[in-house]
Amino acid sequence: MNRFAWLDAFLGRLIAEDMAVREVPEASGLAPARGISVGADDWGNFGKSARNWNCRWAGCWAEDLGDQLRVHACFEKDHGYLLAHTDLRRATPILSSHAPYFPAAARAERHLQDLYGIAFGDHPDPRPWIRHQAWKNGEYPLRLDFPLAGNPLPATPADQGYPFQHIQGSGVCEIPVGPVHAGIIEPGHFRFHAVGETVLLLEERLGYVHKGIEKLAETRDAHGLARLAARVSGDTTVAHTWAACMAMEKAAGIAVPERALALRAIMAERERIANHLGDIGGICNDVSFSFGFYQFNRLRELWQRTSATAFGHRLLMDRIVPGGVTTDLSETAARAQIDQISTFRPQLGRLMDILNTSPTVENRLIGTGVLAPQAAAAYGALGYVGRASGVDLDVRRDSPYAPYHTLKIPVPIEQAGDVAARVRVRAAEISASFAMLEQLIGGLVPGPVCAPWTPAPPDACGFGLVEGWRGETLAFVRFGTAGRIARYFPRDPSMINWPLLEVLIADNIVPDFPVCNKSVNGSYSGNDL
Amino acid sequence: MLRVLGKVQRIGIITESLPPQEEPVLRAVGAELQEAVAARFRGSLAIRQVDAGSCNGCELEIQALNNPYYGIERFGVHFVASPRHADLLLVTGPVSRHMEEALRRTYSATPDPKFVIAVGDCGASGGEFAVSYACAGAVSNVIPVDAVIAGCPPAPFALMQGILEAIGVRRPATAR
Repeated sequence: MNRFAWLDAFLGRLIAEDMAVREVPEASGLAPARGISVGADDWGNFGKSARNWNCRWAGCWAEDLGDQLRVHACFEKDHGYLLAHTDLRRATPILSSHAPYFPAAARAERHLQDLYGIAFGDHPDPRPWIRHQAWKNGEYPLRLDFPLAGNPLPATPADQGYPFQHIQGSGVCEIPVGPVHAGIIEPGHFRFHAVGETVLLLEERLGYVHKGIEKLAETRDAHGLARLAARVSGDTTVAHTWAACMAMEKAAGIAVPERALALRAIMAERERIANHLGDIGGICNDVSFSFGFYQFNRLRELWQRTSATAFGHRLLMDRIVPGGVTTDLSETAARAQIDQISTFRPQLGRLMDILNTSPTVENRLIGTGVLAPQAAAAYGALGYVGRASGVDLDVRRDSPYAPYHTLKIPVPIEQAGDVAARVRVRAAEISASFAMLEQLIGGLVPGPVCAPWTPAPPDACGFGLVEGWRGETLAFVRFGTAGRIARYFPRDPSMINWPLLEVLIADNIVPDFPVCNKSVNGSYSGNDL
Repeated sequence: MLRVLGKVQRIGIITESLPPQEEPVLRAVGAELQEAVAARFRGSLAIRQVDAGSCNGCELEIQALNNPYYGIERFGVHFVASPRHADLLLVTGPVSRHMEEALRRTYSATPDPKFVIAVGDCGASGGEFAVSYACAGAVSNVIPVDAVIAGCPPAPFALMQGILEAIGVRRPATAR
């Protein structure tokens, strides 16, 4: 399958429209993506054309290159990835927005606005996003001249006066929730407008767990970046570390041993199953079906213990390193995993049967939090959120990276888009991952689990592309001098999926918010960076 | 319903006694804990968990305390939704500056006397994130801390032991 059959015609069309577009000579670190540069004046029209060609917007990030600021945007069509960039003069960093054509771009551009001081002229919503009060308006932490330590006040004040949207009318009440939430979960603020119990409008205000990950990455060595990537979002530690290492390995031209790749995939599938089990349990809890909560969390706990025995960490953190993995899998531990899968498979079947036929559960999940397929497609919804609303996308199948090119990857798709559909998709993904684990473990070849690391040359770039449990997970890396990182940007699927919670909650009742939120389960940490 | 009951009966009670090597320590701590919870908390210790910038790894392991294997409620320990109901704050994260004021307000909303435990390597020292334009570092840089449970993240058993030890042996810090 030629993933770029469309690209020549697309570029021809842009050139016919007099846009300053040229293909960047094959940069090996960016494969399987292809790169183009676009004139800054044409950036907005380029976005509009990409929309007309039904490209999916998959992320944007920027770099401070000294004299200029470079903005990148990633698009996908027919499973081919296109990385476009444009250069801006540092003195006048003004650019047209892609948000009018791709709603998912809105917050990502506000992220650049707050961290680089890039003004998106026709942005539909130029309010601050990631900046609260930790740095001043007019300071831009990701510019090279901004010190990591910043200029913080002795005590950072709360971010007051954020201009939330307002709905006025009789009976409309406003409900502020967070940042500290009622459960054991991450912080963020939700502003509801409701009439009676019905939600008219939900507005998310995130950024509370902004830890400066992108800034902290600068000047780290490869292993230091892997440790940081492992903590972009703790529940996705495997996928983010893999994506970051993949990007660094491509930039440095390191070939990862076959056994190490298989072990990475085993860890990634274990992470997927652990999170799906825990979240299905959490969804049961949110509709007061404690039986399901305890049963699924029982399975999750057993699963995590097996991970710890096999690899030495319950969440599999810091097991993936540049060049391979730290821990080999013993015969005994491999056997234990296979045995566990064979006991879990029938148990999962029975539990899902109970869930699918319990009227109290059905009553709460079916028809709740519906994300229409059109909205899912317009936002480029990722992972199980997209797949439950008809978005047929899975990087493991569509842009396979080793070892997934050797596996059969069933991708469960539903159209209903409600909480129940998201639960069904996740249960089906657990079953699919069981089968993949059996194949991966059965097919393990002997050999080394880590290749020696040699630093990448200055300016080498790499692009990592992994299907994490939440969906497509991207990483962009540029090396600076002496094998140190100049730029790291991780694009967690949550950045795309968070706004969809605002979409799918409309017309639901406030008490269904927790279950809707859990069914999407965005990462706050992965979003805020 | 019958199937639910059937499953419940087949699985039985899976709550574990603590691992044998920890048993002597825990027996001692357990006795002390019972005494402390009875005397100071009237038999029930209420915890408010606050994520102050964590990567969410610590949250996953704190949540696991409620799964049937650890079942921390059997020790009279439960998680509450409001700091106003809490005896103890379990704080994670390298205190992102954007959460700093929320953490301070949560602390002052918690009635005296109160305990604060900083959880995880980030809560203990700032961990991988340290102090920067975005993070204030260790929880103790922002509010008074009585005890620390290190680990990245600490496993549920370590959390449990840390909580028991902290309230068994320490007195709450005086309020600022």
